[in-house]
Amino acid sequence: MSATSTAPHPPGTAGGASRRRRRGPRTWLAALPLLAFTGLCFGIPLGAIAFGAVTRTDPATGATALTGEHLARSLQGPYLGSLVGSVQLSALTALIGGVLGVIIAQAVVTSGSAGLRGAALTASGVLANFGGVPLAFAFIATAGISGVVTQLADLGSLGWNLYSFTGLTVVYLYFLTPLMVLVIAPALDGLRPQWREAAQSSGATTGQFWRHVGLPVLAPSLLGGFVLLFGTAFAAHATAAALVGGSVPLVTLKIADALSGNVLTGQENVALALGLDMILIAGLVMAVYLPLQRRSARWLR
Amino acid sequence: MAAMTPTAARTTPEAAAGAPVPAPRPGAFRARRRPRVWRGAVLALAGAYFLVPLLASFVFTVHVPGQGISFEAYTGLLAADGFTESLLLSLGLAAATIALSLVLAVPALVAVRIGSPRLRPVVEVMCMLPLVVPPIALVTGITTVLRWGPEHLSRTPLYQTFLAVQNESFPVVLVLAYTVLALPFVYRSLDAGLRAVDVPTLVEAARSCGASWPYVVLRVLLPNLRASLAGAAFLTLALVLGEFTIASLLGFQPFAVWIVSISGAQARMSVAVSVLSLLITWLLLLALSRAGTVPSTAAAAPATTSRKES
Repeated sequence: MSATSTAPHPPGTAGGASRRRRRGPRTWLAALPLLAFTGLCFGIPLGAIAFGAVTRTDPATGATALTGEHLARSLQGPYLGSLVGSVQLSALTALIGGVLGVIIAQAVVTSGSAGLRGAALTASGVLANFGGVPLAFAFIATAGISGVVTQLADLGSLGWNLYSFTGLTVVYLYFLTPLMVLVIAPALDGLRPQWREAAQSSGATTGQFWRHVGLPVLAPSLLGGFVLLFGTAFAAHATAAALVGGSVPLVTLKIADALSGNVLTGQENVALALGLDMILIAGLVMAVYLPLQRRSARWLR
Repeated sequence: MAAMTPTAARTTPEAAAGAPVPAPRPGAFRARRRPRVWRGAVLALAGAYFLVPLLASFVFTVHVPGQGISFEAYTGLLAADGFTESLLLSLGLAAATIALSLVLAVPALVAVRIGSPRLRPVVEVMCMLPLVVPPIALVTGITTVLRWGPEHLSRTPLYQTFLAVQNESFPVVLVLAYTVLALPFVYRSLDAGLRAVDVPTLVEAARSCGASWPYVVLRVLLPNLRASLAGAAFLTLALVLGEFTIASLLGFQPFAVWIVSISGAQARMSVAVSVLSLLITWLLLLALSRAGTVPSTAAAAPATTSRKES
């Protein structure tokens, strides 16, 4: 199943006319392994989530019945709390990260220095990928209980606690802000100087320019960036797991708990239902994001 | 985490490509004083926020309170229990994931370009769908499926397969899961590369010169795709090296899980490893953006950006 064996399904030495007809179905074969793989390794787990979330198997009889019980439970009590916590954290970090990202990107883009621009975008690319476990440990070393900055600046007496909602927000911003810079910089480039000149020569103030020209043009990119940040923060698990353990209610941590059997047995189906909830929310996010990106691409040419 | 990597990949070459072009921003902004102060303040604050944790982590690893400077956290790394095993496991998983995802994606994408344009939306959706499923949700599905093995299939030959994919020393199930996670990035990278070359013309030209199909693919198409193949491989490597969620929940111990497991006993060393892994990611992405400045890719970069955005 290598490139050599799948791609070439030689049309043989047949003449031009028959070659044309034969090429279609044969090249189609080369795409088959990929489709089969995604169907198997992605489709089956996905199906298992959907199936497990809406059915219940009686341990005594082995009979399987359709039920809304797990989904209902996943939207109650501590589970609902964790979903709300995740949404709150994601929305807050996406909002702050989005605003900071735009400000930084604007500062970089308008600086007019190609070197600064390249360096800032490359650094953003690296930092946006610096998530997960290493980031959590870097912050523990920096602002944790015995962290370097905590001790230097005596943050502890100021009420600072890294292992909290606020702490998690600061950590998430570390990779969300560069992500916003990456997403929004091309859009800011798309704001042509001619538009601003046209506005100025028509007597518009800076405020008017932004309100009537800048923001409407940027709106789809801004929203798209916000939604992308939201989705990224929502799906993040490793950072939170390494940092706060269970002290902040997040849906990803709840799923991990339920899966690793830290709680009562029979929670697996609730974990599946929570997974389904997450997929639905992430799907919604993508459904908003893609059209917005398409719309904003119009201005970026 | 998944959704961000492609953005980086896409924009880094774009930034590199954009750099030599004189910025289209005239002196309109520069003439004014206040924005400049504002800009300097913003950049300084941002720089501080992003640099402080890195510097502080480094200080944390080399400065032992009461004992002064010591590089023990770094020098003791190789001797640390499990370091070599977990790193080798992660690298092996990465290599297998890269190979599998390229072997699956390259023929499919080339085929879609040459002969089956109607399959294109199908392939694209199949490759992009994993972005919608967070890794933690995917792993719930995987554990469910793996539980079917002992529960329903214990008397069939399939059961052996279930055991084999969960082999402690080389968990194939992780390779499969990582390949699913990596597909969106591999697809984007390869699609951008294929967009840059006129595949049908190249293929027709090579074929009419008498090249066989293997020759066309290996000697004509793949060399043209070198930069995007390298990009896909680097992104997959970064993804696999940093992956924690799936591996820890399935009970395996590659690199990221190992870092967490030692953090209780050897906090200094876990931070040291984190700093090192950041440096490695940094180098990888720098290499990636270098690869992106190869002329052929640079020309393709604008198309990549606007298209992938959609």
